[in-house]
Amino acid sequence: MDQIDLHIPLGLSAALFVIGMAGVLTRKNALIVLMSIELMLNGVNLAFVALARQSQSVDGHIFAIFVMAVAAAEAAVGLALIILLFRNKVTVELDDLNLLKG
Amino acid sequence: MFLSVLFYLFALGTLVSALSVVTRKSPIAAAVSLVCCFFFLSALYAMLDAHFVAVTQVLVYAGAIMVLFIFVIMLLNLRGEGGLVRPTWAPRALAGLAAAGLVGTGIVTALTAVTAKLAAETSPEFGTIEQVGKTIFGGPYLLPFEVASVLLTVAMVGAVVLAKREL
Repeated sequence: MDQIDLHIPLGLSAALFVIGMAGVLTRKNALIVLMSIELMLNGVNLAFVALARQSQSVDGHIFAIFVMAVAAAEAAVGLALIILLFRNKVTVELDDLNLLKG
Repeated sequence: MFLSVLFYLFALGTLVSALSVVTRKSPIAAAVSLVCCFFFLSALYAMLDAHFVAVTQVLVYAGAIMVLFIFVIMLLNLRGEGGLVRPTWAPRALAGLAAAGLVGTGIVTALTAVTAKLAAETSPEFGTIEQVGKTIFGGPYLLPFEVASVLLTVAMVGAVVLAKREL
């Protein structure tokens, strides 16, 4: 493992974050937008874990676990909102939801 | 050497499955790609000596969260949207990709300052449940940990209140 540069996991984490961000900004399906947010959170987690390995301290692992807890809470509430949305408007396409457009 | 090759393979798998998540038409295909991505990431965590995080990744993400996603997708009986790029929202895709590209360039530029190799050796107990548990419960992270449990309870109650037809 000592032949690997630190910027390989860090670059991968940046790539995951950017891919997730592109998904959030371009996709119309609310479920896929939520999945892209999970992707962004995982990118951050990878950076935490890689830097924890580099600094020989498990504090980064604890932050990664906290991020997972927050992601679980976010997924539960987000999916409940999507079910509610589908019940009222029979769609999960974000472009069709323009109630607040004025 | 072998471990390095394995690391690159897992990194490549993560990248490909992540790209697949944001380009699939049907939500169920995206969800399955996301599960693959989580498993590859879990392997990377294990190789970075984060054993407990790797196990939690599989249990919480690939287990709990993705089951919830797939359950909702099947409950709503969704069909794929009309494709990734529609003529009417090509400007939006362009703007989104440009913004993401801008942020990505910024992050990568900042990262090129990092040239260190990964630290060669870790102590045998680094990242085990014992060490992580001692750090959580024996230090300043105890209060945030308990607050996280309150957050999860609130989220659970909130999800039930939101999704239930009538209370």
